[in-house]
Amino acid sequence: MAEQALSDARDIYRAAVTPDAGIRLSRVIPYVKSDRAGDHTLSLMVDGITCAACIRKIETSLRGLTGVYYVRLNFSTRRLNVSWRGDTGLAETIIDTLTALSYKATPFDPETMARRDEKENSFLLLCLGVAGFAAGNIMLLSFSLWTTDIQTMGVEVRDFLHWVSALIAIPAIAFSGRPFFLSALKALKAGRTNMDVPISVGLILTTGMSLFELAHHGEHAYFDSAVMLMFFLLVGRYLDHIARSKARQAATDLMGMMAGTATVLENGQPRSLLIRDIQPGMMILATAGEYIAVDGQIIEGRTDLDASLVTGESLPVAAGPGDMVMSGTVNLTGPIIIHALRNSEESQVGHMIGLMEKAEASQARYIRIADRAARLYTPVVHTLALIAFLGWVSIGHMPWQDALLIAATVLIITCPCALALAVPIVQVLAVGRLMKQGIMVQSGDVLEKVAGVDTVIFDKTGTLTSGRPVLINSDDIDPKAMQIAASMARYSRHPLSRALASFCAPGTGAIEVEEIPGSGLRASIDGREVRLGRRLWATTLFLPDDMPQAQEIVLGIDGQAPVRFLFRDELRPDARAVIDVLRARGLTLHLLSGDRADIVACMGQALDIASAHGQMTPDDKFRFMEDLHAKGHKIMMVGDGINDAPILAGADVSIAPASGIDIARRAAQVVFTGDRLKPVITVLDMGRLSRTRIRENFIMTIIYNVCAIPLAVAGYVTPLVAALAMSLSSLAVILNAFRLRRAA
Amino acid sequence: MSVLLYMIPLALILGLIGLAAFIWSLKSGQYDDLDGAAQRILLNDDDEPPAS
Repeated sequence: MAEQALSDARDIYRAAVTPDAGIRLSRVIPYVKSDRAGDHTLSLMVDGITCAACIRKIETSLRGLTGVYYVRLNFSTRRLNVSWRGDTGLAETIIDTLTALSYKATPFDPETMARRDEKENSFLLLCLGVAGFAAGNIMLLSFSLWTTDIQTMGVEVRDFLHWVSALIAIPAIAFSGRPFFLSALKALKAGRTNMDVPISVGLILTTGMSLFELAHHGEHAYFDSAVMLMFFLLVGRYLDHIARSKARQAATDLMGMMAGTATVLENGQPRSLLIRDIQPGMMILATAGEYIAVDGQIIEGRTDLDASLVTGESLPVAAGPGDMVMSGTVNLTGPIIIHALRNSEESQVGHMIGLMEKAEASQARYIRIADRAARLYTPVVHTLALIAFLGWVSIGHMPWQDALLIAATVLIITCPCALALAVPIVQVLAVGRLMKQGIMVQSGDVLEKVAGVDTVIFDKTGTLTSGRPVLINSDDIDPKAMQIAASMARYSRHPLSRALASFCAPGTGAIEVEEIPGSGLRASIDGREVRLGRRLWATTLFLPDDMPQAQEIVLGIDGQAPVRFLFRDELRPDARAVIDVLRARGLTLHLLSGDRADIVACMGQALDIASAHGQMTPDDKFRFMEDLHAKGHKIMMVGDGINDAPILAGADVSIAPASGIDIARRAAQVVFTGDRLKPVITVLDMGRLSRTRIRENFIMTIIYNVCAIPLAVAGYVTPLVAALAMSLSSLAVILNAFRLRRAA
Repeated sequence: MSVLLYMIPLALILGLIGLAAFIWSLKSGQYDDLDGAAQRILLNDDDEPPAS
């Protein structure tokens, strides 16, 4: 069955691209890396991978190509590496094969930020491994120190065990402590403090004090505590990094998409040119299925354009010579030649990127809960340690070395081990839970922000509605007419055709179909001309006009009565229920759409949303959001269109359905799959729940510190107590976070 | 107590072997695609040619 679907997909794909194959220039070959031996490697970002079957489909079909000797799909990063011998041109075939399998592949340069992110990841893992090794071995030695008294062991053996501990601990701390040291140094240089400053001070002080003790044959050395602490902190850091890295990856994807090439005609000869090098006045060729690279005017050719960039509506508009086109719109049906009027930066897409950058800059001002806690925590703890030191020296008349040891113990035991785990562990678990329900969260911070949301903005098409036109009069249509129309519709990318094509009976033979851009499809079946498309083009006969809200296409067959197919974009099945729940929770709701104002107002009434605005450009939407921000509202945006991208990037929390366009999905922090809108509520619930868990964790950490600090200040804390207390507090935080898994 | 002179280096060497194995697995990319490993277990090896 998979084979059948595959060959069907190939047929449709070939039918769609063949007419243009001769003038199609390579957009992939510049990305191929070749060595002298004639081996080529290509890295691709692949969209639409969901399960094991995808891995197999992609890997086996690419391995079937001649010359390919290595194919590996990385499921976690959605990246595909292919190596082959022979012709570089095979890169095109690879992309074509993937497209035929209906995966979208974008070439990318592996030496980008995503790469750095992976390096950081394996660096943290390496540090974690070394710290784990050191912690285990030092504990082995410490255990004998704790369980044996000095009479049995003797000072020499104790010193020996301490020296071995030092020998393991010092290189391990120097190696694995780097993530903290470097970050603390960076913060201090910028005149700030962060969580890593007390951590670094604690680690260095502990090691220094223990060495000092060791040199004086002292009783206590804290190497075990220091290394344990570092190990737990690295676990927290690693979890944090995992939760965060997906967000950064999304940003690099977006940059990669904008760095494509376009086909420029010079003296009638086609040539590939980077989009950013296009100058006003150039002639650009856009074949069917391509993005328009820059704003311009159509010189030649007729086509249908998907202008969802501007309006968010996916139904195409017909365009011909003299019409203006915006960059970012998709040319759906026929090749056109465009006279460029602006360069890429001033074009629509460049403008959108500008808006998104502005939005992201405002996002960067957000301070994470953990960092806010650290800002309070650091001065308090350091002051306490200082008071302990001064107190013991001046009031307790203790030698300064012993007082310093006590001060150091205060710093060690209060070191924010549990604090550093408190947030990331909850976020990683919450994100994991949501993922199991088909909701992808791109960064853990989102959950922190969700809890404060008081305003929700919805987009209409594709968000409240399913975004796919659905045939609403299928019962009134003669099955034979339906079969003819459906078998023709298979050959078109028009959204209405796609909705119709699903009615095509399996095993229908191929027919020759000609797509007339801006009008419809034409075919010859059993010697008769059949037209499927706009009513005035498809038939000359009269048809009633009783459904102004619906979209229609008409099937006209020579000598037969024309048949109308009516489509409507239906509300998602639970849209009304979700809206009601949100309103009952006291959230303010807005509906913003690029669609006609009367349609939007009608839907606003139906859903009881008072603030419904139509005909909004991306700029209008963005300004609307900024106004709300200025009034101090915390905004959640739910949208799917490319025109929602700036507002998605700028809202406190943004959610996009997986059916949305790439850029919207990447700009959004949360992406959900499925036909239902309920994930919006699930995310809100999970945000509140994880905020509760994080608060509980903070409270536990504070209680622990309130108990531990007096003991440390009083000088009662031995290395055994320190190690136990720290492990137990971390464990308590982890166990509390795991309660999240049972809830909801 | 002289047994410590053998046992501690022995323990350390065992630990280092473990650490070396971990570093090797890290460098050979075994942690690059953790989700993929969970999915690939569902595939049958015998309907794929070897990926040499």
